[in-house]
Amino acid sequence: MTVADVLLLALGAVAVGSGAAVVTTSHLVRAGLYLVVSLGAMAGIYLVLGAELVAWVQVLVYVGAVVVLLLFAVMLTRAPIGASNDLDRPAWPARIVGGGVGLGLAALLTDAFRWMRYDLPAPGTAERMGAEIFGQWVLPFEVLSILLLAALVGAIVLSRPDIGARNGDEP
Amino acid sequence: MHAVIPYVTAALLFGLGVYGVLRRRNAILVLMAVELMLNAVSLVFITADVSIRGSQLQASAFPNGEPGYSGAVFALFVIVLAAAEVGVGLAIVLQYYRMRRAVHIDEVELYYESDRQVTR
Repeated sequence: MTVADVLLLALGAVAVGSGAAVVTTSHLVRAGLYLVVSLGAMAGIYLVLGAELVAWVQVLVYVGAVVVLLLFAVMLTRAPIGASNDLDRPAWPARIVGGGVGLGLAALLTDAFRWMRYDLPAPGTAERMGAEIFGQWVLPFEVLSILLLAALVGAIVLSRPDIGARNGDEP
Repeated sequence: MHAVIPYVTAALLFGLGVYGVLRRRNAILVLMAVELMLNAVSLVFITADVSIRGSQLQASAFPNGEPGYSGAVFALFVIVLAAAEVGVGLAIVLQYYRMRRAVHIDEVELYYESDRQVTR
């Protein structure tokens, strides 16, 4: 057990614990805030692993933008403050499938990697990563920018009632 | 660093995400559970990337030059995809809320009462 191992275990416990709170809490707003804790712990794991750029992008995009967007949606749909008891469906199918997937994947990965030790490489730099994106992966990068544009247009078309709505849908 | 620790963390988070998607009936909470699953996948990418770079393999095992960073690049791509997904998903949820005043996904009707015609 090295320092990195202890940090990874602690941050992983925080991430899994608050992730469990996200999917079990009965407060809508608290689920969003637990999601912040979980994603922040994941950013910490990325930092320990040496992927600094991804960690800060995670903090900026996920914790900064996606969670704020989700909380906006919680408020725009007039979610009740406090506990609500109509958030869940029957638990047993979800428990069986989710637990099966999670524990099955965990067993598979444990069997594959055992207690194998890897040296942590030198932390990656943004320069090296930029060279990789714009060298080897430039085509996926461009496709992704087209996808972002399409998602932007799609979100606008969906949320404007005067375009793209069918006849008779207007309230 | 023992690579199994982040891998098992990612597996458990993915399981929690699957559980959340199946259990929740509020559409926004389903989207949050999907975020957990996407994060688990990018954690797997990062860990694989780091452990390949940290392994003492011969340089001849990598004919296309120095290994690594592809996992981190794909983790960035996953984050971008998640942002696009949550944008479109929330647009759909808000539009549905405007039409029906509800966000419960197990009550979504697949046809409209007004024209009795199956759509989508």
